[in-house]
Amino acid sequence: MRDIAICSFAQRQQAAIPDESEVEFMVPLMVQAKDAVGLTQQDMGFTCSGSSDFLAGQAFSFVSTIDGTGPVPPISESHVEQDGAWALYEAWVKLQCGDVDTAFVYSYGKSSPGSLRDVLATQMDPYYVAPLWPDAFAVEGLAARLLLESGTVSERRLAEIASRSRAHAASNPHAVRRAEKSVDEILAEEYLADPLRPSDIPASADGGCAMVLAAGDRARELCDRPVWIRAIDHRIDAHTLGVRDLTAAMSARIAGEKAGVGADTVDFAELHAPFTTSEAVLIEALGLDDGVVVNPSGGALAAHTMMAAGLIRFGEAFERIARGDGDRAVAHATAGPCLQQNLVAVLEGE
Amino acid sequence: MTVAGKERTAVIGVGQTKYASTRGDVSMAGLLREAAYRALEMAGKTWDDIDAVVMGKAPDFFEGVMMPELYLAEALGCVGKPIMRVHTAGSVGGSTACVAASMVQGRVHETVLTIAWEKQSESNAMWALSLPMPFTTSVNAGAGGYFSPIMRRYMAMSDAPELIGCMVAFKDRQHALKNPYAHLHQPDLTFDQVVESPMLWDPIRYSETCPSSDGACAMVMTNEVGGDAHDGPVAWIKGTAMRSESNSYGGRNMVSPAASEQCADDVFAQAGIHDRRREIDVVEMYVPFSWYEPMWLESLGFAEKGKGWRMVEDGSTNHVGGDLPVNCSGGVLSSNAIGASGMIRFAEAALQVMGEAGEHQVDGARIAFGHAYGGGAQYFAMWVVASEK
Amino acid sequence: MPVDPDSTPVGLGVEVTAPASIADVEMVQRVRTPIRIEYTYTPGRALSAYLRGMAEKRIVAERCPRTGQVFVPPRGVSPMAGIPTVGPVELPDVGYVESFNITRVPIATRPDLEPPYCSAWIVLDGASVGFMGLVINCEPESVRMGMRVKAVWKPDDELEKSATNILGWEPSGEPDVEISDIETIGRPGDLQ
Repeated sequence: MRDIAICSFAQRQQAAIPDESEVEFMVPLMVQAKDAVGLTQQDMGFTCSGSSDFLAGQAFSFVSTIDGTGPVPPISESHVEQDGAWALYEAWVKLQCGDVDTAFVYSYGKSSPGSLRDVLATQMDPYYVAPLWPDAFAVEGLAARLLLESGTVSERRLAEIASRSRAHAASNPHAVRRAEKSVDEILAEEYLADPLRPSDIPASADGGCAMVLAAGDRARELCDRPVWIRAIDHRIDAHTLGVRDLTAAMSARIAGEKAGVGADTVDFAELHAPFTTSEAVLIEALGLDDGVVVNPSGGALAAHTMMAAGLIRFGEAFERIARGDGDRAVAHATAGPCLQQNLVAVLEGE
Repeated sequence: MTVAGKERTAVIGVGQTKYASTRGDVSMAGLLREAAYRALEMAGKTWDDIDAVVMGKAPDFFEGVMMPELYLAEALGCVGKPIMRVHTAGSVGGSTACVAASMVQGRVHETVLTIAWEKQSESNAMWALSLPMPFTTSVNAGAGGYFSPIMRRYMAMSDAPELIGCMVAFKDRQHALKNPYAHLHQPDLTFDQVVESPMLWDPIRYSETCPSSDGACAMVMTNEVGGDAHDGPVAWIKGTAMRSESNSYGGRNMVSPAASEQCADDVFAQAGIHDRRREIDVVEMYVPFSWYEPMWLESLGFAEKGKGWRMVEDGSTNHVGGDLPVNCSGGVLSSNAIGASGMIRFAEAALQVMGEAGEHQVDGARIAFGHAYGGGAQYFAMWVVASEK
Repeated sequence: MPVDPDSTPVGLGVEVTAPASIADVEMVQRVRTPIRIEYTYTPGRALSAYLRGMAEKRIVAERCPRTGQVFVPPRGVSPMAGIPTVGPVELPDVGYVESFNITRVPIATRPDLEPPYCSAWIVLDGASVGFMGLVINCEPESVRMGMRVKAVWKPDDELEKSATNILGWEPSGEPDVEISDIETIGRPGDLQ
């Protein structure tokens, strides 16, 4: 395996970006990520992006965003209809092939144009479940109920996760939900999708991010402290909610084992946990012990940019390690209802 | 010869569904399993042998399911395994095969299943392509309205005879008769009927356009050890390439986009091909509208600029008697399951060098070229496969 | 040899039988599950300026500060440079037909259009790229590559912030332009 590192990162997230199109708000981020390492688009060996037509409400929506990269002359490029973390994975695979040394990765999503709770219903089984229009929060509520009634977690534990996310987010300028709240204040909130309270659900955001990857010595040339992707793996669970254990993310556990989480201590973990319940399940599935700081950025609870939230976890971990706030971290991304699909990587500073 | 450092990668299984306007007998999952099982069967593999799945399809709006790889995890034997979902517009089937190949070439996995599909009958593609957007005026009826002015430019610049497009369409429909999987089987179709079919997007006639199909296509790929050990025909991947460009900038060549030419240069260089017309035995290219055959023949370097239509006229691209047979399967003009169409080109190229193309086999085919394009003719994916390592 | 497409793949050859209680119930062949999702689209910075211009019968484009290319309708980005474009650049409502087709099928999103009609790539004077529009007030068969056209606007009292303010493009009567390089659409920028 070749050593691949993250060399630069740029992001933007806010509750809504009504005045700019996707490509308009992505261009400055793309330029920023490339400028940080002194590369132009034509220096990139490969480019890969992640986005969703259903989010944009338009077929082939990524076709208008590619213009932001400056794809003239033409570029070697691909796109996944997945979170940007899978675009990073595809770029990592391409770099493993050995014929390119640099890759540009970006992803973005605007949740504000459509009703995300409705849009996500179209992810469900199209014959048996989607016609019922299950609300995305209600679906997670099923997992939450199981977790609580099985005694796996308590409502107080969920409130602690929510409170910690808010406290961490207070110092993150990209976070949307930054107002601090105590555990008791959160427990006093009225249920939104019983047993989930407003603080248990993600703060929806519009935004995106861009990142440069490079292999081996090329990465060392490009930045002071490359952050190496020591291992990366992704897995999927069954889709049908009734056939899998919603209180344990089997696919996250396997991906974590394959990525070597637990082989050595990590300083912190950036987990793409849209709900407090997701975070509780992931901590167990990945076997993170109490010494690991979870979501120092505030995580996806504090700002959930669909299609980018997973890649942003990688970026947050990169920035923290690059500036010396830790050496080893877990970065994680998820997709689908109730943590169906999970990607896990171990990152380490030079 | 493969590029130094990459794992040599082999296609050992190809599976397709029968293409039809409505596969009402199966669900989306059932459609995919039909293709996947056939690919596994040919490869002599089971689900247990598959390390990862790479899935491709065109816009989610075509079926109304967001990120359908999630719902299809069980059907594709993926529970506990990795699955990825590629979407690069019309080229997606080809891009998906390239991404799957890279997983073996990069030694990330040993054996992968790749699958691309569309089930257009479960929604309305024309609707999905023409969603009313408030800021622009909608003047196109689907892709034909977009591409026909480009074909008109080619006709003007090449001085090609008016009926070249009809010749391509007739040839591909004749080829389709030899492919049991093809959607359109029109044994009684005459050339005159093609010429007399109604103009839809003048200069494009109804018979010069592709059908709308349901279907899936799958391949099993494995590493060098697996390919060597395989008890059956093998197609070795000699090169893969993807290129993309903007669809709107001043001075853009829309007839032969720079991305097309550069993608071809890259893939043929990887495969060590110098004289493309002589060294390539058979071509499966993405021709959704008849005139794109001569246009791509030129853009890909099989013919001089402005002279691709002569290869159509003199029969060079015919299955029988042609020196560079194009789309012996019947091509996109005979089966168009949009998301799968690119992968079908790649898979048919593999079948030719495996000697497994049946009635539409080109005798002695050793090196084949597979091609896909999409968007406003701005996304390209290509590969070269060979019978010998 | 290829497998018979009508054969059942080996792995799929598992017989599924319904329980006796529903054994004689008719099989469900199809279900209709209509989807309705409402989106609130936002045009973005550059297109907003363009749409505001439309309400005043002005065509507001943007320019790439690096290549000089002029884009209309503007998308806010220069694909050759990968940087934001700047505006406004006002263009005249006259140009020429670069290429066209005559559409003879109805389209779902424009029930008001009666086939046959001509849709064309229109290149405005001063623009680097073409965009799609209708050629109207003439026989579709009389449209030519290089034909000069001018905009036909809606009546002043019907103008909105909308691209539909231009009903189409009609022949201006000026002599045709010669298209020098017929393969390429639009014009290269000053600094290319």
